[in-house]
Amino acid sequence: MPTLSRPVAALLVLGLLGLMVFPAFGDTFYIRLVTKIMVLAVFAMSLDLLVGYTGLVSLGHAAFFGIGGYVAGVLINKGDVTSILALVPAAMAASALVAAIIGWISIRTTGIYFIMITLALAQMVYYFFHDIDFWGGADGINIYSRPLLAFGETVLLDLSDRVSMYYFTLGVMVAVFLLLSVFLRAPFGRTIVGIRLNEGRMTALGYDVRHYKLAAFIIAGTIAGLAGFLEASRAVYMNPAHVSWHESGLVLVIVLLGGMGTLYGPILGAFVLVLLEDFVAGITDRWLLVMGLFVICMVLFLPNGIGGLINRLVRPRSRSDKQAAAGAGSVGVADG
Amino acid sequence: MADIILETKDLTRQFGGLVAVSSVSLAFERGRTHAIIGPNGAGKTTLINLLSGNLLPTSGTIRFRGQDISHLTADKVSQMGIGRSFQKTNIFLPLTCFENCFLAAQSRLPSALRFLRPAAAYDDVAARAEKALVLCGLGHRRDTVATAMSYGEQRQLEIGMMLATEPELLLLDEPLAGMGADEAMQVVDLLKRLAENHTLILIEHDMDAVFAIADRLTVMVNGTHLATGTVDEVRADPAVQQAYLGEEEEV
Repeated sequence: MPTLSRPVAALLVLGLLGLMVFPAFGDTFYIRLVTKIMVLAVFAMSLDLLVGYTGLVSLGHAAFFGIGGYVAGVLINKGDVTSILALVPAAMAASALVAAIIGWISIRTTGIYFIMITLALAQMVYYFFHDIDFWGGADGINIYSRPLLAFGETVLLDLSDRVSMYYFTLGVMVAVFLLLSVFLRAPFGRTIVGIRLNEGRMTALGYDVRHYKLAAFIIAGTIAGLAGFLEASRAVYMNPAHVSWHESGLVLVIVLLGGMGTLYGPILGAFVLVLLEDFVAGITDRWLLVMGLFVICMVLFLPNGIGGLINRLVRPRSRSDKQAAAGAGSVGVADG
Repeated sequence: MADIILETKDLTRQFGGLVAVSSVSLAFERGRTHAIIGPNGAGKTTLINLLSGNLLPTSGTIRFRGQDISHLTADKVSQMGIGRSFQKTNIFLPLTCFENCFLAAQSRLPSALRFLRPAAAYDDVAARAEKALVLCGLGHRRDTVATAMSYGEQRQLEIGMMLATEPELLLLDEPLAGMGADEAMQVVDLLKRLAENHTLILIEHDMDAVFAIADRLTVMVNGTHLATGTVDEVRADPAVQQAYLGEEEEV
């Protein structure tokens, strides 16, 4: 069952403090880069709910990310809506609606078929944005102004300010982490983990597993939509690439790299992947080759990701873990 | 007139050309322990799968407490109060015994689509899980991860999880399969205790255990119902002796 050990919690608090003071030291480029990373982290956490907890490997998660971003962008450009209070609910609601439809169809399948059907349906969303001029077609849309939070004349938060954007994204990331932690501790979280471990048994125990899978799918899609809103606000640009299967694959790699089923793992995964990419791209033009090798090595040597590694390093193994290891060889019990 | 809790009428299940269960009509009395016996391939597990909703019948009906449950899926059947344990151990291996039973007990919340209150705060669920653990004889193994236990203990946990859902009727598919003599004795004792306030329907190959536990025997051969009666009646039935018991004793 998902619980944070104390050392991990301490590390996360330290990391949070670091992120809170970072804008005082970092230059503009890195403030923007870390903002981009935190957006990806929100996106990846939402996918972890599906992949790591419910056991549903989706290769179409970028659809909801793109919908959130496009809806926010079009509302700003064509509707002159700039209030965060309107844009965020609109982006999330649009993603939730499409997630309900795609989820309703997809959860009828399992395993490789689930991967293929989420991919196929997400490609339909991709071409919806790609082929319709209203959404800017293949060129995408440049978003003319940034969202803000204002009461009357007083502007409380203006996301065109890079530091405001940074802190807003950080706040959203922490809020999403806490919200998902609460969900995972509640009966809902126990239920989806049970479904991942042994779906047939959950059915025999009286759970209508489709309800829970659909709920997980909609929650994940809605949060991905929130991440899409952040992306649109950050980049002031949305194009079909945000909805492409490359983007779905990237966020899946981040979840795998960070550690499925740990929630904080995907945050670490986003940081490691993007920072490493930035670093390697500064050294060689062949950076994609290096990144590919890195991901292969990580999957080979750290199958539980960075989160799994940290768990192993900081957590004194309890008696029952040892018994389990003795009885079951390599069956992981740390992240259940 | 006996008090019938579960009844099948012309229950049939085909897999392509194979008729695994053929027009079986049975009545199970409330509070009794019924054993279904028969050689391999007789259709016993298919029958249990039909009763538990894991398979849907090709034709025929199943009535539980007078209500037609023929086309309910396994989760709905479980919610009606029919618990089921599996022949092949079917538990959550990375979880502790308590967590296994907790998941089972939690299924009785009106809905587990509960997002805010921590699961650990549901004291009634935890109490039911603890009770089931003690009942199935694993009270001392509460925090042991299921993978770390012996096969026999895993079988006990299998039954414990079913009990945590507080069913009225228990479907047990070979509860003693693969157990050592001592473990089997324990489970037989457990089943006897459960029989005091539950209706049991079990498949079992261990004839000593069957004769020790069961009030009623049903014999199946090749998907059809051959005979039903008390242990003595079935033992005396010449057709049964020829079809099943005779063969069994030779082994």
